[in-house]
Formats: sequence, C-alpha cells, structure tokens
Amino acid sequence: MVNASKQLIAGLGVLMLFAVLSASCYAMDYPDEVEIDSLANLYEPVVFDHAMHVDATESCAECHHHTTGTEVINEYCAKCHTGTVEMDAVSCQDCHSADPVSPENLHHPKPGYSYHNDQPNLKAAYHLNCLGCHQEVGGPTGCEDCHVKTEAGDKFYRSGEFAPKEPAHSSEH
Amino acid sequence: MSKITRRRFLAGSAAGGAAIMLTPAKKALAAGSFEGFPDGMGVLVDLTRCVGCRTCEAACNAEQNLPEPAKPFDDTSVFDEIHHGQKRRTTDKAYTIVNRYEPKDSDEPVYRKIQCNHCNEPACLTSCFVNAYKKTPEGAVIYNEKVCVGCRNCMIACPFHIPAYTYHSVLNPVIKKCIFCYDTRLKEGRPPACVESCPQQVMTFGKRKDLMVIAHERIKKNPGKYVDHVYGEKEVGGTGWFYLSSAPFEEVGFDVNLPKKPIIDNVKDFLAIVPIVLTVWPALFTGFHLLATKGKSHGHGDDHSHDEQEGH
Repeated sequence: MVNASKQLIAGLGVLMLFAVLSASCYAMDYPDEVEIDSLANLYEPVVFDHAMHVDATESCAECHHHTTGTEVINEYCAKCHTGTVEMDAVSCQDCHSADPVSPENLHHPKPGYSYHNDQPNLKAAYHLNCLGCHQEVGGPTGCEDCHVKTEAGDKFYRSGEFAPKEPAHSSEH
Repeated sequence: MSKITRRRFLAGSAAGGAAIMLTPAKKALAAGSFEGFPDGMGVLVDLTRCVGCRTCEAACNAEQNLPEPAKPFDDTSVFDEIHHGQKRRTTDKAYTIVNRYEPKDSDEPVYRKIQCNHCNEPACLTSCFVNAYKKTPEGAVIYNEKVCVGCRNCMIACPFHIPAYTYHSVLNPVIKKCIFCYDTRLKEGRPPACVESCPQQVMTFGKRKDLMVIAHERIKKNPGKYVDHVYGEKEVGGTGWFYLSSAPFEEVGFDVNLPKKPIIDNVKDFLAIVPIVLTVWPALFTGFHLLATKGKSHGHGDDHSHDEQEGH
C-alpha cells in the first residue's frame, strides 16, 4: 500500500517534470514576426519573419546561443552554459548593448563575465548573426534585401536622388 | 627594396634637417625612446567581418565634411577601379577607403579598410620639419594645417602611404589625412565615425592594450580561422589601428616587409650626432687649423702655394 502510493507520487512527479520540460523546450511561446526597429535610421525597420526562420533552422541555439533552453551549439558558449535553462533575456538587445563604447561604458565596464569581453554591439550582433548565416546557407546578403533605405540613408550614401551628378571627366588628379 | 632605401634616405635627410632646426627642442631629443601613451585608444580591425558595404567611407565623408564623391557610397564598382596600376588609396577627399582582394586560397573576396594607422611613433611626425604633426595622449596622430608648408615629406615617410595632398589648391596646398575624428569625437572619448557606422563591427574601439588582448583571444578562440599574427602589434614600432585576417597579410595588400622598429630608429643615431657635429666640430677643427697653421704665416709669407691653401 505504502509502496503503491510512493510509486504514484513518483509517477506524478515525473509527469509534471515532463510537462515543465516540454513547455520550455518544445512548446515555447515565440512571436511569428518581429519588427526590429530600435536602430532604424538609414534603413527602414526590418520585419523579421521569425516563424520562417524557426522552420528553417534546426535549433533555437543557432541564433539564441544559450538563452532559449535548447542545447548550446557554440563550443565557446558551451564551456560554461552546459544546462538547458531558458533565460529571461532572449532578444538580442537584452544582452547586446547598442552603444558599448560610450564613454560611460568604457570607464565603468560591466563587472564579471570575463568571457563576454568581446561581445559585439547590437548592430553587429544582428548583422554578424544574420549575414554570417546567410553567407553560409546562401540566403540574401544585399543590404536592401532585408531593409529598404530611407531618405536619410540615400542622403548618407549619396545614392538615389542624392547621387553625384555624372562628372564631365574623372575627378582624379 | 630600392623604394624603401630611397624612402629611408629621404626621411633621414628630412629628419636631419628637422634636427638642425630644432636641436634645442626637447621633443627631437626624446623621440625614439617613446613606447606609446599608456591609455592611448586604438581600433582592432577584423578583416574577416568586412563585407565591403562602404558605410565607413560614407560616415567619414559626412563627419569630416568632405566633398561629394565621384560615385555613390553604395556603388561597389569602385572595387574594380585601378589608378596608376594600383587599387584605390586614400586621397584629400577620402580619408578612408575600402578595397577588395582575392586571396589565392579563398573562395570569398576579402575587403580591407584603409586609413591612417595612428602609429605609436609616427614617421610622418618624424619627417615634418615644421612640427605640424602631433601624437595625442588619446592615440590620434593629428596635424596643424596652418603650419604645414606643403613639403610632402610625410607622404614619403609614411610606410602606409596615407597622407594625401590638396594638389588642386593653388594658393595653399596642404596635407590631408584621417585624424581618428580627434576634434569631433576622440577628444570626448567617443569612437570615430567609421567605427560607429560599421554594421558588422569590423572595427572595435577601445584602449589599445585591452584590444591587443582581445585580438590574441580571437585568434586563440577560433583555431584555423585567423592567420596567427596581429598586423600592427609590432610593425613600425606598433600602430594604434591593428588588423586580424584570415588570409595571409601580403595577399590582402599589407606590406609585410616593414621593420618591427619605428621608422625613427633608422635615423636616431644620426640625429644624436647632429648636435655634436654642429657644436664640437667647428671648434675642434678651427683649433686644429690654428695649430696646424701656427707659425706658418711667419717667415713663409712669400710662399704663394701656402697662401692659396689658407685662403680657403
């Protein structure tokens, strides 16, 4: 009798564990679309088709390193992040600062995390992650394949209506 | 080789000239023993990240109020341009440019950004006889346009061929080059415009000594990805901007035959002798001359050959 109730409790425990695990690993709540707009200036915000990329990749960790609870792929991250724990910080900008070299950040660097000393800034985190993979798998790699240039962008790059007028002869000396 | 010899010779003679003019100045005497400002800022450039988008060129143009370019900054046809048999180089209208290279063992092209490397001991500074150049404690090599006389010695002295000249200016042609955005940014501790604009963070801004650690860590962390060399760590005595590459540096446009010592070391010994030559020699040889000719003018006054020699 005692044994049976013990087994029942253990069984329930195991079931609950499975429920928690499956919720965190396989039925994760993620947005189908993400508008990446925090840095938009020279280009329009990127409307990122998250659902398509979830289908196209084998694991969340391909982009999200060690934060989504799936097994860590990057060997360097895996040196410390061995577990499969979902973290509160999942989006790029939760960890990658837009301005890590501001005078304040340079004079008061974040303590600890000595292995995070070479962390790309937010803009680079996006581009290195997206473009790096696109180059490998043959995805689109042109700037305007992902985001359309704004008027400010045309002005900055001297393109479009701000393009230099055709010179009569080369301006080289 | 003959090119370097010629450059060394010209840099040497220019520096010699500078030493003659500036002998009493402390700077000329102290040069050569300097190992960089301890908190000088630098930039680590990782060529493996560059995709050749030329955003840095556009950012530089805007920040430095440079004239309109010949082609838009998103035009990649500039990578095919060849001027006088060479790829593009920095000009008085473009302080930084990106070139494309095709290394032998690589399927993908490698892009390389070129600008002033802000040497710890700049050869341009050494060669400038009006003292227009200055290496600031923040790490920038800047120059005073107002005192530049347009001699272009720095153009010859620079091992990276960076300083450019406003040849189109008739009345006041001067040198133009990257100044690390010193006036508008570096002075306040902010990174230069090109660094900030880069979508791939090809360039990482920080204290030079910290970045050097990161550079070596990147090589260690990614076995097989990088050439095991940080270009600019030792070259010409160390540069403020230094490079990591996946392709051999000589295949992506770097001069790998540069000395590890600062350019000024080529002329340092010579410079040390200049004051001695100028002060001791005249006195010494006048003395010899007086001793040698002492008494000869008496009793031999009617000897014409001696008179002629003494006339000199």
